[in-house]
Amino acid sequence: MPLTIVACVKQVPDSWAEKRLLDIDSTLDRESADPVLNELDEYAIEEALRIREAQGEDGSEVVVLCMGPERATDTIRKALSMGADRAIHVVDDQLHGSDAVATSAALTRALGTTQWDLAVFGSESTDARMSVVPAMVAERLALPQLTFAQKVEVDTAGRSATVHRQTDDGYDIVSAALPVVISVVEKINEPRYPSFKNIMAAKKKPLETLDVAALGLDPAEVGLAGAWSAVEAFEQRPPRQGGVKITDEGDGATKIADYLVGQKML
Amino acid sequence: MSEILVLVEHDGGAAKKVSHELLTLASRHGEPGAVVVGPGADDAGLAADLARFGAARIYTAPDAALVSAIVAPKVAVLAQLMAERSPAAVLIASTAEGKEIAGRLAVRTGSGVITDAVDIDAGLTAVQSVFGGSTVVRSRVTTGTPIVTVRPNATAQQESAGAGEVVAVSVELAATDTAAAVVEHVVQAKGGRPELAEAAIVVSGGRGVGSAEGFDLVERLADALGGAVGASRAATDAGFYPHQYQVGQTGKTVSPQLYIALGISGAIQHRAGMQTSKTIVAVNKDAEAPIFDLADFGVVGDLFAIAPQLTEQVESRKG
Ligand SMILES: Cc1cc2nc3c(=O)[nH]c(=O)nc-3n(C[C@H](O)[C@H](O)[C@H](O)COP(=O)(O)OP(=O)(O)OC[C@H]3O[C@@H](n4cnc5c(N)ncnc54)[C@H](O)[C@@H]3O)c2cc1C
Ligand SMILES: Nc1ncnc2c1ncn2[C@@H]1O[C@H](COP(=O)(O)O)[C@@H](O)[C@H]1O
Repeated sequence: MPLTIVACVKQVPDSWAEKRLLDIDSTLDRESADPVLNELDEYAIEEALRIREAQGEDGSEVVVLCMGPERATDTIRKALSMGADRAIHVVDDQLHGSDAVATSAALTRALGTTQWDLAVFGSESTDARMSVVPAMVAERLALPQLTFAQKVEVDTAGRSATVHRQTDDGYDIVSAALPVVISVVEKINEPRYPSFKNIMAAKKKPLETLDVAALGLDPAEVGLAGAWSAVEAFEQRPPRQGGVKITDEGDGATKIADYLVGQKML
Repeated sequence: MSEILVLVEHDGGAAKKVSHELLTLASRHGEPGAVVVGPGADDAGLAADLARFGAARIYTAPDAALVSAIVAPKVAVLAQLMAERSPAAVLIASTAEGKEIAGRLAVRTGSGVITDAVDIDAGLTAVQSVFGGSTVVRSRVTTGTPIVTVRPNATAQQESAGAGEVVAVSVELAATDTAAAVVEHVVQAKGGRPELAEAAIVVSGGRGVGSAEGFDLVERLADALGGAVGASRAATDAGFYPHQYQVGQTGKTVSPQLYIALGISGAIQHRAGMQTSKTIVAVNKDAEAPIFDLADFGVVGDLFAIAPQLTEQVESRKG
């Protein structure tokens, strides 16, 4: 039976840029850094593609799901150019400032618009850094979560999936019946580069857009106003200053040890 | 005084340091109720330990079924206690699983969630340190019961005797709560060192360490100092050291008293995980490496010469 695998991807400010919050509404200043496909979601797309490819030519498909502003279409095209088949873009100004709870509500509704077997997420968005959206989506759908996977195996005939879930001291082998919500860690695979052919093909792949009304969401539930937590204040800290820098002339270790003694750390 | 629930992390008999820290925070803002889930939860020594750090009540749910699946069973325990006890807040350790528990619990109970807090202020305002420590944010949950995950090592643990009344809890799990079944627990960690996120001293190696064998130098220095070993992503990607020791944006966030970086350039994503360390020492042969911009004490030099000498110095000065 063909599988439908949804890869959830987010557009984020480049993680190489220094980030800051906006004074006006304490949301992330997204203009100050180049918007890119969340690096950690590339692993989700790659894994989704590998699962599809393991099915052979049976009509299995990879669907990209992205919630984000208009310009997130760049991110969606990038995901499509890696080889995904079609995309759903959740886009609506009313979604600006949505917290993780609201994001999970919107993604859950969007997932409800198509039949699917596996929803694959990244391990975290590099801007929000919460690592909670996949678990929240699983909760809303009352589906098993196979999260922080460093390995995914799908048993198509048995309609189940097994992952190696990264833990502090190794990994847990966790198994569940499809459909499942998966998140993958960066060690799982090596994301492919889009080929020229796929970059051209991506421009013609189907891209459906959904707004808050189409999702059947109450606008009061999403966006800044619908958030269940609020920033009260924030302050910029002066950047950490470097201290002493010496060049080793055979006495580097002694000087470090002296310093540690001075700091009462030795 | 209103109750603040703390989800305890334990290994079947001993609580992790972070749980003492959460109880310390809870004592400051209410009456701590420790929630202990899984085999060993009813251990008397564990209860005494939790009481010593202020637990007024200790809710024990030792049923093994509660750890036979990931995340959701613990959510069920906490959701039930939230319904019964109407706590003022729920505190959970900001670990990978802790954050997932918090997220699901928030959705299940209609509550807002804040992750990665480094402190909790009056009025249950959560303090977060974001963008690698460059911005301090104060936020509050505005809907439902505040669910806050707190980073290990951000609070100094403090003893304050609590009544420690033990309350046995039994929870009916829904089929969906046990759907993600744990088939096997595979342990790969190297034992005998303090846990990375909780360690007072962390010695990390980067690409400059060059090989898995090279990490012997890092381990020896860590052991001389009684510290934990960390690694940059370049080092874990190259297979020099296991991934669970990665420090940085997609690894652990550490905040030790002393962080020693050996052969690490100090990329922004690495800094995000160690910038709040109290004292930073760096050894790098490139004088321009960005790690020196934040090192309190930097040595431009070869780690293969300096690390072994430093290990010797530490051992001899310790006497
Ligand atoms: C989304 C995303 C998430 C990321 N998350 C993380 C993360 O969690 N953690 C992380 O660390 N990185 C992370 N990175 C990667 C990060 O950008 C850097 O690539 C990485 O930190 C580099 O590791 P490094 O400093 O060990 O290697 P390099 O940058 O290659 O630096 C090696 C250093 O070793 C020095 N050196 C070499 N030989 C010696 C010697 N003999 N003696 C002394 N010094 C020597 C060199 O001068 C150099 O400065 C992430 C990147 C992205 C895009
Ligand atoms: N706006 C979004 N659109 C699509 N996927 C998202 C969005 N936000 C988060 N995700 C997914 O959820 C994962 C975890 O995000 P977070 O919980 O924000 O750290 C990401 O790696 C994405 O796969």
